[in-house]
Amino acid sequence: MRSQLTTSAKVFLAIVFVILYAPIFYLIFYSFNSGGSMGSFEGFTLEHYQAVFDDNRLLVILINTVIVALLSALIATIIGTLGAVGIVSLKDNKLRNIVLSLNNILIVSPDVVIGASFLILFTMIGVKLGFTSVLISHIAFSIPIVVLMVLPKILEMNTNLIDAALDLGANRRDVLTRVIVPYIKPGILAGFFMALTYSLDDFAVTFFVTGNGFSTLSVEIYSMARAGISLTVNAISGLVFIVTIAIVVMYYFITMRSKKTEGSIQ
Amino acid sequence: MKFKSKPAFVPYLLWIALFVIAPIGLVLYYSMLDLNGEFTLVNYKNFFTSAYLTMTLTSFWYAFIITFFTLLISYPTAYLLTKTKHKHLWLMLIIIPSWINLLLKTYAFIGIFGLYGPVNALMKIVGFDPTQILFTDFSFVFVAVYIFIPFMIIPIFNALDKMNPSLIYAARDLGASPLTTFRRVIFPLTIEGVKSGIQVTFIPALSLFMITRLIAGNKVITLGTAIEQQFLVAQNWGMGSTIAVFLILSMFAIMLFTRTKKKGGRV
Repeated sequence: MRSQLTTSAKVFLAIVFVILYAPIFYLIFYSFNSGGSMGSFEGFTLEHYQAVFDDNRLLVILINTVIVALLSALIATIIGTLGAVGIVSLKDNKLRNIVLSLNNILIVSPDVVIGASFLILFTMIGVKLGFTSVLISHIAFSIPIVVLMVLPKILEMNTNLIDAALDLGANRRDVLTRVIVPYIKPGILAGFFMALTYSLDDFAVTFFVTGNGFSTLSVEIYSMARAGISLTVNAISGLVFIVTIAIVVMYYFITMRSKKTEGSIQ
Repeated sequence: MKFKSKPAFVPYLLWIALFVIAPIGLVLYYSMLDLNGEFTLVNYKNFFTSAYLTMTLTSFWYAFIITFFTLLISYPTAYLLTKTKHKHLWLMLIIIPSWINLLLKTYAFIGIFGLYGPVNALMKIVGFDPTQILFTDFSFVFVAVYIFIPFMIIPIFNALDKMNPSLIYAARDLGASPLTTFRRVIFPLTIEGVKSGIQVTFIPALSLFMITRLIAGNKVITLGTAIEQQFLVAQNWGMGSTIAVFLILSMFAIMLFTRTKKKGGRV
């Protein structure tokens, strides 16, 4: 499109960006406040960060959150990738569409409904609320997004590659691990990172199935925020921001690298 | 594809049975149980009393307002973004805030809208008395719009980005005013993006409950708040499930309404 942005357009965009980022930087700014509030900045301090690292309970929650995120993303990626391969191998078009619609239900479902129905499910089959129920829930709501990330990659794959491998004497396992998986790796990676962010971001589902003894960062922040302003939460947001940026940069470099190697093969 | 691997497909199918089909069935089943676990339709009868119907209508009204303002801000933003140099970099910068934990962003507004927060400080400079902005429906709508903007921008941006620019030149060359070009060419061609944007905003807006609790201070009750209340506070899973059934039904209705039609022909 030819036209340069007018000044008013630039101003509009600038306002949107400022509004999007202001709350985040506002939080981080006050995490260095030696006063106790988010109203007036009294002096620079790192005591709130110190408080995060001195609080053993909070550290355990942080570790729990990371473990749940990594484990659930890993398991969801495996099940979801195999699921996507299975969906593509379905011959019946109607059946394939039904499976795909079922796949997408959890993506569009409101998380309150997912949380409530999982709570009923776990109580019915007798899963104790805590680490296990949270982990299973996170795996469950991450699987469909992995499928959606992997599916297009499989569909664009040339099926002759598989036929060639089979003709050359590869067994099914070899076809999967040596032909399909390397080809769809970018989709698998994208799915893994999406699952990771889904898990780290989730509040509502975890809130329903977490029980008493176990907590993740989101649930903990919620209960801290309900109690009022605590600059420890600000310090946590500073740390979360850095980790988020790190994940984005990491993902960027990993995809760039796999794109490069892909390019050198072709 | 000749390739088949049945055992590997089993976990995925199990997942569908256990975590997609079973939960919906269980919610339906529980919606027909009363507090003592007896089979009854009393929850549905209760749902159709004025209290619950008013709550449902307000919830829809808020979701509508939130979606409207989100669209009002997101569409022009997405449109202008496609015209910038390095548009994908700018889009990336729009997406990053959506990856920051939702609770943290909501928490920020407790400070921003608070009695001693920056907004009230600004009001003071302009000459107004500080007022409590927190715990009003304005603050609820504002925070919800703030949270949904990136999710609305992404599908609209993609739709605009895919659009063939020569169509716009053609419209202009044929004498259409910018407004007509937008109304008759650009908007209809990007309606699919708008629809998916509405889908990812409206359904969550119906079910938000942490924002209502933290920002609106129980003044706004959405369907999501009511479900959380019934399940975790009142421990009335039957009533909670009944509300969930209606939330699921609204979800299907919205999906039907915003269904993307796959038409033949070029994009």
